[in-house]
Amino acid sequence: MTGTIFGLVGAALIGIGLFGMLVRRDALLRILSFNLLGGGVFLVFGAVARRGAGAGFGGDPVPQAIILTGIVVAFAATTLAVALVLRLAAAKDRA
Amino acid sequence: MAWDMLPMLAVMLPVLAMVAAVPLGARGAERLTLAYAPVGLALAIGIMLVVQLGGVPIRQELGHWAPPLGIAFRADGLAAAMLLTAALIIGAIAIFARADFGTAAGAVERRHAFAFWPLLLGLWAAINLAVVANDLFTLYVALELLTFAAMPLVCLDGSRATLQAALRYLMFALLGSVLYLLGVALIYGSAGTLDIVLLAQRVRGDIPVMIAIAVMTAGLLAKTALLPLHLWLPPAHAGAPAAASAVLSALVVKGSFVLVLRLWFGVMARVPMPDAAQILAGLGAAAILLGSVAALGQARLKLLVAYSTVAQIGYLFLMFPLLAASAGEVAAKAWTGGVVQAVSHAFAKAAMFLAAGIMASRFGHDRIADLSGAGRAMPVTLLTFALAGLSLMGVPPSGGFAAKWLLLSAAIGAGQWWWALVILGGGLLTGGYVYRVLAMGLRAGDPAPEPAPVAWQRDGIALALALVSVVLGFLPLAAFGLVQIGRLDVAP
Repeated sequence: MTGTIFGLVGAALIGIGLFGMLVRRDALLRILSFNLLGGGVFLVFGAVARRGAGAGFGGDPVPQAIILTGIVVAFAATTLAVALVLRLAAAKDRA
Repeated sequence: MAWDMLPMLAVMLPVLAMVAAVPLGARGAERLTLAYAPVGLALAIGIMLVVQLGGVPIRQELGHWAPPLGIAFRADGLAAAMLLTAALIIGAIAIFARADFGTAAGAVERRHAFAFWPLLLGLWAAINLAVVANDLFTLYVALELLTFAAMPLVCLDGSRATLQAALRYLMFALLGSVLYLLGVALIYGSAGTLDIVLLAQRVRGDIPVMIAIAVMTAGLLAKTALLPLHLWLPPAHAGAPAAASAVLSALVVKGSFVLVLRLWFGVMARVPMPDAAQILAGLGAAAILLGSVAALGQARLKLLVAYSTVAQIGYLFLMFPLLAASAGEVAAKAWTGGVVQAVSHAFAKAAMFLAAGIMASRFGHDRIADLSGAGRAMPVTLLTFALAGLSLMGVPPSGGFAAKWLLLSAAIGAGQWWWALVILGGGLLTGGYVYRVLAMGLRAGDPAPEPAPVAWQRDGIALALALVSVVLGFLPLAAFGLVQIGRLDVAP
């Protein structure tokens, strides 16, 4: 049951994030939307892990490992994007 | 057998070299990159020989853990061809880039030189991983690594316009990869594995998998810059320094294209999707026509070459409906045609961007209208541009001709003659924009400024790449049998 709720919340986050990434024009808002979208995908992975539980585990460990790797990659992407936005702002100040 | 280590080495060694290059500083990183280039080339040639002679893909289970528990690398014919292409082009670019990003003896190391060499190594590792990985999540990591290495190359000079182009590229790429990851979650939830070979046996066309494939394809198209999602490509590829544009246009977009192939003809090998493939090729056809028309209208040379990339990417997607709707020899022709198009475009476009870069640095601008006199001042550069253009047009006997001929005859063989018209029309339009540049370059005009001292090496590299793209067309068709090895959609 909790798996279903997580899955639905994940789907909602994916929808909000996708909307933000496609509609918003401000770079910072789009980066935040990307993080919402990523969070939603990780929740879906979590729901998948719960559904695949077996052999005495509370969840399938493979999607959990993927979530961890995915969070690291998404964090790296966010820092890269924020650094780029900062450089752009600095370039605008100089111009 | 130690041969199965080769794909793993082709991925690991550039990663190690990249990590080692950072503390070495700009001069050390440059030396390390140039020293690694022959090693990488030898690895790629080794993989190609093992695959070609053995007739089966190289497969390695990392740490001897078999999928679905472990992760496997699998270098098939397509991977071998792309590895060799990447090794040749990156090696050539490394030599070419010494003039821009090299640090002369006694000179102070510069920031963008320090950034360029490790990024080039990282990009090489990412390309290699993207073609040999056999696991959807490993492919996601490869895709992200590719973006993270390619994005800073776009804005190496740090100007506002290139920073903006890089940010736009990053946004498209991030959206693309997170959509891809969503598809990975759905596929894992429905099939319980991410290994492509296992998925090819297990997957049936049920709804979650179809949604996953649709979402992942959309994400990958954003990264490959197929037409409605191409908006980021021209400013990013035209704004980057010549050496960087050449890698971006030649190789980076091909990485995500190989992933689309792995999805459609690996994961979905047993589930043909002819209707969706028609849509994909329709987008490709629109890219060919609109991209070429946009290239015709450009005032700046590098933007023209970038729009030409948008158009040439369209050709890659014409193979999908031909493969989905046919079998046997016709499908084999379409597959070979698509892969040869990817390889020959990589060489031709790298040569073209380098030639455009040489002209831009000699003239101090890249306005096509003011290029008159180029033919007298730099005949070799203009010849390079022309040879690369011939291959893009598909004039025999170039590699581009072989690719387009194979696609054309596959389109006729599959009874889908409308794609043949697109291929022919695209060739004419390509001829139009290449002619525009050549006609202006051959016109008598003000002599260009005095030649730069190292120009012949740079000209030589660009010309060599253009010649490779032409010579590909001289290869006997049997040599292209390599790319058929390990196709999952024809596996028994």
